Amino acid sequence: MRAVLSPRRQQRPDEAASRTGSAALVERVFRIRESGIVVVLAVFVAITAAIQPRFLSATNIQFILVDTTVIALLALGETMVVISRNVDLSIGSVLGLSAYASSNLFGPHPGIPIPVVFLAGLGIGLACGVVNGFMVAAGRVPSLVVTLATLYIIRGIDILLFSGKQVVSASLPDAFLQIPRSTTLGIPNVAIAVAVVIGMGAYYLRTYRSGRELYAIGSNPEAARLAGIPVGRRVFTAFAISGAIAGLAGVLWAAQYGTIDTSAGTGYELQAISAVVVGGVAIFGGSGSVIGAALGALLLSTITTALYVLGISPFWDQAIWGFLLIVAIALDRTITVRLTSALRKRRTRHA
Amino acid sequence: MRSLTDRPLPDLLRPALRWETGLAVAVILILVIGSAATPAFLTGNNLFNLGLSNGEIAIMTLPMTLIIISGEIDLSVASILGMSSALLGYLWSKGWPMPAIFVFVAVVGILAGAVNGVLVTRLRLPSLAVTIGTLALYRGIATIILGPNTVSNFPTAYTNLGINSVPFTGNDMTWSTLIFIVLAIIFGVVLHATPLGRSIYAMGASAEAAQFAGIRVKRIKTGLYMLSGLICALAGVLWTFRLDTAVQNNGLGLELSVVAIVLLAGVSIFGGKGSIIGVVLGVLAFAGIQNALLLTNFNQEATGIVTGALLLASVFLPNAGLFLSSASRRIRRLSQS
Repeated sequence: MRAVLSPRRQQRPDEAASRTGSAALVERVFRIRESGIVVVLAVFVAITAAIQPRFLSATNIQFILVDTTVIALLALGETMVVISRNVDLSIGSVLGLSAYASSNLFGPHPGIPIPVVFLAGLGIGLACGVVNGFMVAAGRVPSLVVTLATLYIIRGIDILLFSGKQVVSASLPDAFLQIPRSTTLGIPNVAIAVAVVIGMGAYYLRTYRSGRELYAIGSNPEAARLAGIPVGRRVFTAFAISGAIAGLAGVLWAAQYGTIDTSAGTGYELQAISAVVVGGVAIFGGSGSVIGAALGALLLSTITTALYVLGISPFWDQAIWGFLLIVAIALDRTITVRLTSALRKRRTRHA
Repeated sequence: MRSLTDRPLPDLLRPALRWETGLAVAVILILVIGSAATPAFLTGNNLFNLGLSNGEIAIMTLPMTLIIISGEIDLSVASILGMSSALLGYLWSKGWPMPAIFVFVAVVGILAGAVNGVLVTRLRLPSLAVTIGTLALYRGIATIILGPNTVSNFPTAYTNLGINSVPFTGNDMTWSTLIFIVLAIIFGVVLHATPLGRSIYAMGASAEAAQFAGIRVKRIKTGLYMLSGLICALAGVLWTFRLDTAVQNNGLGLELSVVAIVLLAGVSIFGGKGSIIGVVLGVLAFAGIQNALLLTNFNQEATGIVTGALLLASVFLPNAGLFLSSASRRIRRLSQS
């Protein structure tokens, strides 16, 4: 229920009056789930920068931001799906198919406008997402199974169509390859664009009725249905959006890496889910935010870069990543349990 | 007393609608179509290769089945395989005697499973999230152990276990197939004929109800994760010997194949339903299709399409059965009124 109301729970007047200003502020900060990850991020950056000041150089920060964009985008779509108590495992395959098919357009049509390529990627992703959403919503089958199947099927289609071939950067126009490298006031343009998209997603989930309904569905699907929420339609939309965003991320991936084969994006679904979970989105739905997931993606990419800058072998990346993921889940669980019992105590006191 | 013919259609159809029955028909179809498409399909040599290339996956489906029936999931299986393979290679390159390595690898596998189990049961964390975490962690440990190195040149006495056939089977059965059969029988008996097996179903149907019925849910679940860790470590050893190679990415991504087979076998992702017979049939269907497609020059990397399609069928066809029975009920009601 907490999540259905609003991330910042409305305070009752008696409650507000009985608390001093500073205590309320501390509590409010504590209650925002993202604050934990911001603290972790800040500590991590501070320690790394203290050891190796080069970590805070403009080029390095730009690198981290660009590196984050693809996973942050995927995490945005995944968050919407996870909040509704579903999961989308197919996004890595969608990204791969979209990356190849869209960048492959430059070969036969060298003059094709870049926005058209982005639209093509978006369309491919949307089509995949619509298929997922239709099967989950209309077929009423578990999304884990459906998207595990489409993970295989979409990757298989990718391989059947493009196996043994490769899109090389020489066949891509310079303007396309420059997308991840252009900056405004020192900030990479892609990072700005992705931040805007994430901001829109956050605004939608927070403010729009259909966005709030995703939280309600995730908290209790049966109650949501009884409350008159069109559960099927909302879940369908979440999957369609997740697919479309993965398609978009595919084009961005292609621009970033320049060389694309059929293995592009393999395993990205788990990275995106990691970012989502580290960002404080409950894996069983009903709570969490898009901003948190984006911060999760930023944290994961910061860690990878920090290890590199500190001269720690990249072979340590994954283990540290996994460890952090588990710590994040455990911490989130502890905080939730504490908060729930604290809120319950307060309620009984005021009753 | 109602006679057989009076019984409503769904009751009559129920045994035929059992997922395992359908799966058995599918396996027979695959065998028939496969052997019609190419005479090479039903030869001993081919069956041997089939067992060889699917042995480790098959073995890992068994503990996964129990875990999913108990209402949880373990996505870290392939990483435990990779970790034990890396450990085996590392310790061998350091000159450890092989029996000592086996014991060590087995203990590490059990510990890896215990970590999963404790996080899931004691800290009450969702197993999906926990085992995605340990998937990264254990693969990461494998990467730390071996780095970019490859260890091979294991003693032939052991690598023969990976590629030779079991004596007295006429070159048709691999050791991994034999291990799978023995384990499948043990798992089948435990799951279907012991109180422990009933408990696993009960906690999958409702963990809370099982708890109140006096079943030690947490202890059993932790035990299942430890068992899974041990068996995946064994699969890692087999994998290493079969390829005579220990690298950090051994078995990468296999967890999804294992889960796919178990779900294909009719085990419910929500727990409480499924059978070992189904899983054995699921393994046969999976391996049979891969192999038939391989022999018919289908792009081998794209066989995932068929796995995926079967997986979809596994969730949609039972629903179609439900749809059928509700439709027939509606027709009966209409005809009675």
